[in-house]
Amino acid sequence: MSVTLGVRRVPARVGTRRLLPDLTGWGFVLPATLVIVGLSLFPAVWALLLSLRDGDLISGGAYVGLQNYRDMLDDPDLLAATGHTLLYTVLFVPGSVILGLPLALMLNRPIRLIGFYRTCIFVPYVVSAAATGILANFVFDPEFGIADTVLQAVGLPRLGFLQDPGQAMIVLVVISLWGGIGLPAVVYLAALQDIPRELTEAARVDGAAGRHVFRHVVVPQLRPATVFLVIWQTIDALQLFDLVYTTTKGQPLDSTTVIVFYLYQQAFQLFHSGYGAAVAYGLFVLTLAVSSVALWYSRRGEARS
Amino acid sequence: MTTATDTASTTVTARTTGGGTSGTKVRRPWLAHLILMPTALVFAAPLVWMTLTAFMSDTDINRYPPRVWPSHFTVSGFVRIFTEDDYPRWLMNTVLVSAVAVAGHLVLCSLAGYGFARLRFRGRTLTFALIMATVMVPVQVLMIPTFLMFRNLGLIDTLGAAFVPWLASAFGVFLMRQFFLSLPRELEEAATIDGCSRLGVFFRIVLPLARPALATLTVFTLLGAWNDLIWPLIAISSEDTYTLQMGLATFAGARHTEWSALMAGNLVATLPLVAAFILAQRYFVATMSFSGLK
Repeated sequence: MSVTLGVRRVPARVGTRRLLPDLTGWGFVLPATLVIVGLSLFPAVWALLLSLRDGDLISGGAYVGLQNYRDMLDDPDLLAATGHTLLYTVLFVPGSVILGLPLALMLNRPIRLIGFYRTCIFVPYVVSAAATGILANFVFDPEFGIADTVLQAVGLPRLGFLQDPGQAMIVLVVISLWGGIGLPAVVYLAALQDIPRELTEAARVDGAAGRHVFRHVVVPQLRPATVFLVIWQTIDALQLFDLVYTTTKGQPLDSTTVIVFYLYQQAFQLFHSGYGAAVAYGLFVLTLAVSSVALWYSRRGEARS
Repeated sequence: MTTATDTASTTVTARTTGGGTSGTKVRRPWLAHLILMPTALVFAAPLVWMTLTAFMSDTDINRYPPRVWPSHFTVSGFVRIFTEDDYPRWLMNTVLVSAVAVAGHLVLCSLAGYGFARLRFRGRTLTFALIMATVMVPVQVLMIPTFLMFRNLGLIDTLGAAFVPWLASAFGVFLMRQFFLSLPRELEEAATIDGCSRLGVFFRIVLPLARPALATLTVFTLLGAWNDLIWPLIAISSEDTYTLQMGLATFAGARHTEWSALMAGNLVATLPLVAAFILAQRYFVATMSFSGLK
């Protein structure tokens, strides 16, 4: 009797034993999964469908196939915005990564005041784009700003800064470097502290000079950090919006209209939601392409060294 | 993967000696000072000037050439933004949105991170891969459909629209998972043998150990939610529901030349983040080492 009961119970017990870990596991991960997947993969698919329609943000619009993407190809404003974005990216990414390394090297030394130096260089990273925008308009005011005062003091000609179509983008890069160099500095600092001291010491014992140790031991060890930074900063640069919105709003003469700013105008000010979705997908593809090139380039370099 | 003790010792090293070169004699420290001092000052100068300007009178500021040190200190800028504008309201809105965002991240991401790191269940690998895949999709792709979705849900122009996207993130789940993987299992196993339930182990054993990771997660979520601009611009339209950043952005046009008020607004909007950042700074380097970011 008892044996039969025992046998009968076994399958049931195995069932709960299998189900319980599943339930516990899903109990832990389900809430976050719902939020993340529900607010990214699901809308991503939706955006793709939207980009095939000529919607106006109120109604879905009619199916137009690839027309939005064809329109993108001969949209001179989009082309100009892409140009501005690439100019910004080409200046900002190498600038921040190349300046970040020497800063990190110096911030890694156990000298006096190091905490003060680190804080000064990292703190601008937390200042919001809106606050930075107000600050930038103040500092770079062509008549009353401190930048102008400094130029005049050293006898240089006055500049228009953010109000000059030829200079506005450069000034935006300078402002972004001020706020954005903290990240490369922190990441390089962390990477430097992770290099085993035996490595550099062994090289020194073998008679390598300081700069050789740096070139042949330290720099190769920093490669993963560099790849991460290049990709991260590139994505950040291609998606520039906040600073443009809070300083120039794309002006003067549309010289600082970048892709995301153009996309924002199209989708949320002119209500071309279908076209906006297509531009967003174009940006997505551009981001993927640039990141893949960066990854491929770094792999190639790794194989060579 | 580093163990918890390694992580802890990294934190200590980073805190006390300030770097991996500790122990070796520093060569030419003056050279580092010669470069770092002016660099640090250039980085700090705009913020120092912002602070000074916030306490200046507008006559001092609008003088030519501009005054660097105020002739007298005044808080009239602060008084104006807090009495004449909706600034207190925007500040409250942002505090609320950020608080919900941080709470959401701390609860949901640490639960999910623990689930993915320690629990075995069907679909775990696939789900984690799916979450990681979302990192590739830029927010710009999501803005339009999310706007439409939130409009259907009646969330547009409410604070809910501002905080719902901040309840959890793939970055947070990843960060917490990496941290939990770096903890030794023995502690949890001992607690389980002593009769502790899964949730009990999580809350009593694992979370107290996770402080560095939770601090990092808090600061990065706070930074993102507090400073977010493009999403609230899209999702919120009435001035009562503005976040602080939206307020600052519109305010810059409205109070065009009242620099003392603008800088006072900037200062109040920036100080909480600077404070949070400085408090949690010591945890960052340690967090980066276990998350495999470097």
